[in-house]
Amino acid sequence: MSKPATSRSDAAIDPDRLLALHGTMVLIRKVEERLSQLFADGEVPGFIHLSIGQEAIAAGVNSGLSDIDTVASTHRGHGHALAKGVPLDRFFAEIMGRDTGLCRGRGGSMHVADTSIGMLGANGIVGAGIPLAMGSALAHQTRKTGGIAVAFFGDGALAEGVLHETLNMASLWSLPLLFVCENNGWSEFSPTDRQFRANIVELASVFGIEGRTVDGDDLVAVTAATQEIVAAIRHGGGPYVLEAKTNRVRGHYEGDAQTYRTDGDRPDAADPIARSRAALLAAGLTEEAVAATESEAVVAVETAVEAARAAPPADVSAARNGVYTDAVRGAA
Amino acid sequence: MAEMRIGKALNQALIDAMAEDETVILLGEDVAEAGGPFGVTRGLLEKFGPLRVRDTPISEASIASAGVGAALTGLKPVVEIMFMDFTTLAMDALVNQAAKARFMFGGQVSVPLVLRTPHGGGLSAGPQHSQCLEAWFAHIPGLKVVCPSCAADAYGLLRSAIADPDPVVFVENKALYARKDEVPDTLTAVPIGVARVARPGRDVTVVSYGAMVAVAETAAQELAETGIEVEIVDLRTIQPWDEGAVLTSLEKTHRLVILHEAVEAFGVGAEIAARMADIGFDELDAPIVRVGAPFMPVPFATGLEAVYRPDAQRVVAALRKVME
Repeated sequence: MSKPATSRSDAAIDPDRLLALHGTMVLIRKVEERLSQLFADGEVPGFIHLSIGQEAIAAGVNSGLSDIDTVASTHRGHGHALAKGVPLDRFFAEIMGRDTGLCRGRGGSMHVADTSIGMLGANGIVGAGIPLAMGSALAHQTRKTGGIAVAFFGDGALAEGVLHETLNMASLWSLPLLFVCENNGWSEFSPTDRQFRANIVELASVFGIEGRTVDGDDLVAVTAATQEIVAAIRHGGGPYVLEAKTNRVRGHYEGDAQTYRTDGDRPDAADPIARSRAALLAAGLTEEAVAATESEAVVAVETAVEAARAAPPADVSAARNGVYTDAVRGAA
Repeated sequence: MAEMRIGKALNQALIDAMAEDETVILLGEDVAEAGGPFGVTRGLLEKFGPLRVRDTPISEASIASAGVGAALTGLKPVVEIMFMDFTTLAMDALVNQAAKARFMFGGQVSVPLVLRTPHGGGLSAGPQHSQCLEAWFAHIPGLKVVCPSCAADAYGLLRSAIADPDPVVFVENKALYARKDEVPDTLTAVPIGVARVARPGRDVTVVSYGAMVAVAETAAQELAETGIEVEIVDLRTIQPWDEGAVLTSLEKTHRLVILHEAVEAFGVGAEIAARMADIGFDELDAPIVRVGAPFMPVPFATGLEAVYRPDAQRVVAALRKVME
């Protein structure tokens, strides 16, 4: 993978805030490393898609959001959910198929959601979250909530028609919608340059939508850009496209043999976290303070995993509940 | 009693729902300035303004998905898809998102979305503007599907669909929009999932919905002249359909014909027939017969379309067969 053209920001961010965001990144990393192990050990069934190496985008973008803001995510959405603030114990419980899970074991990794804090769900359909977020932005505008919606999507979604439809509608209606393209260079098993001829920022400009590309592995750059962009959207500036260049360290999914990828393609997983750590030290924080935040993440992950292990499995007697809000014949 | 066109009844239901609840909004192609391709949304832009009545681009997939996203963010969107054939472009929104959100998120949220769309032939609209695809949606757990046959039900079912916390595919037969029906002075909500007996009779039951209820009526009148009394059960709701009402009628007549305009194979009639053969087997004095379109696309030319679309004569033939 080629390294992205960077637009690093030197904008000052409060060191304590930066430390908290670094903590979020480390938490996402530790969670996914733990999930990888749990998957290998057979404690997590199904498919999981990890965002290792992409943590700065989730942490940085969500730093500009509050609970009223809504986020639609992707199949690679663990980081988005965690950065939005889903409870860690219920997150692990969901992915481990427990009754205490966020979705009571009905969704799993690809459908983690917590609508009480505006997390409208990861999504198993590539690109599907983009028009969902547009509808959410439409609701913010209509109801005058003061909130904005964020559509996270990967570069694999660039060729999906709904992206192009949504860019058009968001522009027509000047919706409070932030498009965040996490460009890791891969569309499942294929390099994106073999799948998409355009560039997302240029494409957006055709629809009259402003955009910019940032180094998605630079927490300070993502955070600074997001703060500025979100403030503009919140004040009626209309939609905006943020392309964050990053790397997919792991395969498309856990267990992907990646025969399509050469060793030289594999970037260093520690990169964005090492960079945020360096930024913290440069900002005057001590090694001890940074290390303490990182240890907190490790402890939190282990506590959540143990709680999930101790929790009852998804309730089979309630398996058919929740298809409809009210009892309907044929559904419980 | 007064007379009202079905299109106006739908229009009135939208007006009343929007006046009552400011979270109800409309989205669709040409629903605002133009008042809808069939006039159902006429005057609503003027009444409720451009934030609540939005003309969308021709982007069915994203219109429907926007409805889901808006429903997850506190609105009750009523999305119009201009022809049911075009719902093929909105299947992800309906099938993967709207239908499943409640279940796959563990019951933490509902999706109060209504998707209005007209089906049906008879207008020489051709193979891509005439299909009846309601069985597709009835097959998806999480969706409700309704299809009114008369003005009072059009009003009442649309009010219930908008009030419903779950996604409802609201199917309108475009050949019915201009039809006038008697309606009560005060229009009221009609519950989803409850059928009505459109014509009482003792000898044989016809179960139908939408525009075919009137076709069944014509056939019933013809048979009445020969002393055969046909009972017509208008399902009104296809999912969840009123199994009890159909069984009650079968217990009375012991003979069952199921009629719909949609292609017969793998259709709504197949489900009803299978279920009645199971729970109503002892009541049956004759095999259950289905009347639906043959297994073919809807043709354009008037003569060809007549081959496709069930008419009263085919219903009469089916009724005579089960009365043998």
